[in-house]
Amino acid sequence: MAMKAKLPESLDQVEKVYCETDILIIGAGNAGCFAAIEAKRKNPDLKVTLMEKAYIDRSGCLAAGMDAINTYLKKGKTIEDFIKWSRSQAGGLLREDLAIKVAENLNAPVEEWEEWGLPIKKNEDTAEYANRGKWDITIQGESMKPIIAEKVREYGCEVLNRVVATNYLLKDGRVVGAMGFHVRQGKMVVVKAKATIIATGGAAGIYKPYTNDGSDSHHQLWYSPFNTGAGYAMGIRAGAEMTTFEMRWCATRTKDFTGPIDTISVGYGTPMINGKGEKILQKRYAEWGGETAPRFIRANAPMEEWMEGRGPCFMDTTGMSDEEIKQMKNDYLNERPTYVLFLAARGQDLKKEPIEIYGNDPYIVGGHTASGYWLNSEDWSTTLPGLFACGDVAGGVPNKFVGGCAAEGLLAARGAVEYVAQLNGEIEIDEAQVEAEKARIYAPVFRLIEEGDGVKPKEMEERMQRLMDEYAGGVHQFFRMNEEQLQYALKHIKILQDQVKYLIANDLHELMGAHEVIDRLDVAEVLIHHLLYRKETRWPGWQTRTDYPEKNDEAFDCFVNSTRDPETGEVKIFTREYEQIVPGDRMKPN
Amino acid sequence: MPPKVDLTKCDGCKAEEEPLCEQICPGNLMTLNDDGKAMCRESRDCWDCMSCTKICPQGAIETRLPYQLGYYPAKLIPKVGTNKIIWTCVDKDGKIERFIVKTRND
Ligand SMILES: Cc1cc2nc3c(=O)[nH]c(=O)nc-3n(C[C@H](O)[C@H](O)[C@H](O)COP(=O)(O)OP(=O)(O)OC[C@H]3O[C@@H](n4cnc5c(N)ncnc54)[C@H](O)[C@@H]3O)c2cc1C
Ligand code: SF4
Ligand code: SF4
Repeated sequence: MAMKAKLPESLDQVEKVYCETDILIIGAGNAGCFAAIEAKRKNPDLKVTLMEKAYIDRSGCLAAGMDAINTYLKKGKTIEDFIKWSRSQAGGLLREDLAIKVAENLNAPVEEWEEWGLPIKKNEDTAEYANRGKWDITIQGESMKPIIAEKVREYGCEVLNRVVATNYLLKDGRVVGAMGFHVRQGKMVVVKAKATIIATGGAAGIYKPYTNDGSDSHHQLWYSPFNTGAGYAMGIRAGAEMTTFEMRWCATRTKDFTGPIDTISVGYGTPMINGKGEKILQKRYAEWGGETAPRFIRANAPMEEWMEGRGPCFMDTTGMSDEEIKQMKNDYLNERPTYVLFLAARGQDLKKEPIEIYGNDPYIVGGHTASGYWLNSEDWSTTLPGLFACGDVAGGVPNKFVGGCAAEGLLAARGAVEYVAQLNGEIEIDEAQVEAEKARIYAPVFRLIEEGDGVKPKEMEERMQRLMDEYAGGVHQFFRMNEEQLQYALKHIKILQDQVKYLIANDLHELMGAHEVIDRLDVAEVLIHHLLYRKETRWPGWQTRTDYPEKNDEAFDCFVNSTRDPETGEVKIFTREYEQIVPGDRMKPN
Repeated sequence: MPPKVDLTKCDGCKAEEEPLCEQICPGNLMTLNDDGKAMCRESRDCWDCMSCTKICPQGAIETRLPYQLGYYPAKLIPKVGTNKIIWTCVDKDGKIERFIVKTRND
């Protein structure tokens, strides 16, 4: 039986473990695993290390599996088609230079996954992957995470499981690795690296979920509640340039469960209806493309119906055949198995009672919308030398999903391998920075020992979540916000950031919780600045400003970017121009 | 919500270096209690991904839904094989549905 680690009783008792590697990848999820494998393939002599807060076999978004690859270039589809579709789905705003390269690499990881054991359904006549909508293919992905974890080990990558990354190691403005702590052993871990790739996924838990009854459903979220924005926060603290945080991922999800609905809508072509049985998208959003309207329109539509008194809303499953219903439950078992349990617990017959839908608590997720690190399209480097980014934490390319995040893993690894090849000399680290980080990491433990009182991470998390929900456009506010509300939210986020010094932790798990809320506060702060800056409504639902209800192309048809000054803490907001490469009307899919 | 552990079935994974449910949980939620039996630290923080339920060699864990969201006593039980999972789902009124899901190519 494993021994339980004791918490250190004083700062000098904290054991420090130093490791050294060529390429450090933070986050062994989908993108991180592909990055690790690709780095080894490009140069097998390099040491590649993954730092993972959970256990690689079932961590991140893919923990329970997936039932589809949402973006795959099928036969006959061109990269141009893909960009046009993705661009229009995102309301005309995406980094075309990045998206083109993602598209070029979109199919390879999926095909590789299949070779490694992932079952993908084929069309019997054509032997091609079976379709699910225009860009999706159906997979049986329950084991896709263990499958890729095996490959990471086979390629000889080192995996540091249960190490929570907390900050980058910096030397003369360059990222030279990362620091964190082992959530089982209690040791501080310092990894010195020639190049670092951040792949920690997006941020859930910034906003209060409506399913939160204060007891057992705090994490009834769509996005992985264990992806808490660490990668964004580490970048923000080090002064990295971030983009498009204001493009929040609000979506239509299954009501009371917050499960995916693409399985139902894209997979089985069921229409969205309101309480009166009207086909909402076809009736009210025909000019946006009806059932295939951009994702923000589909997110906002059921919420508008509720506000107008026409809720509840549904995906109309009553026209589905018994076989289709059985198959759809099969799909859910590969991705969110407990949704099948949910339907059983409601005793729901889908031919008589359709599936109810509602909006979710907003997430910051660069694989769906475009929030994250501002990248160089040459090599997937961030604005911090030595640091590369991929997956949900990387910005600029919405609609990446599984395939696109994996593709970015490949791209970031290639960038990092080339960067390492041209480096000379040893990496030095700054011991004073390590000591300061050690004190910061363990502060909640010693505060409890010394003061015996303070604020629990959960208390702070719940305060932050309610604040964001009510004043920064959460689901209880139907995603709407205005200047005064946002200013109020910012003021209180600042107070919370100041109160971080009062956090206490009783054990290592709670210490992880403390750092999760600290990270989320930094993400929330930058998010509010972005929301304040965009004085328009570009994506109703994702970003609804009640005081500026119209889109203003003259001022805001551009990227909104930010940096936080590591010395002064001041958040600077600025814009970057849109660069169109693929011609055509950016709002039209073809 | 919370994985519900059948204490009569759980043997604490004595033969393993680390209990398997503890090793696998993406949220670091499973651990052993003072009697050497599995427990979930914080039922509110479970994502019901079912990783612990699927990996337990004793079949000692049942994933429950929060009652606030779904009625008692529905159940979903996976039987994990090398290349497939056989799922048994029992609804609140006792109606049984079975699914066989392929998880790896042969
Ligand atoms: C429920 C759900 C359903 C989805 N359905 C589909 C679908 O059907 N089709 C599709 O194409 N896409 C789907 N997606 C989207 C897709 O899964 C993600 O966009 C993609 O997998 C993200 O990859 P990633 O590597 O960026 O993040 P992840 O795979 O989540 O990896 C992030 C990793 O970082 C680790 N980490 C986080 N913080 C730290 C830290 N501080 N220190 C160390 N490690 C850390 C995490 O534990 C995790 O392992 C779905 C997502 C969800 C949540
Ligand atoms: S995996 Fe099963 S048997 Fe092992 S400790 Fe967990 S519940 Fe007990
Ligand atoms: S269901 Fe998933 S999140 Fe919940 S305790 Fe089990 S492994 Fe952890």
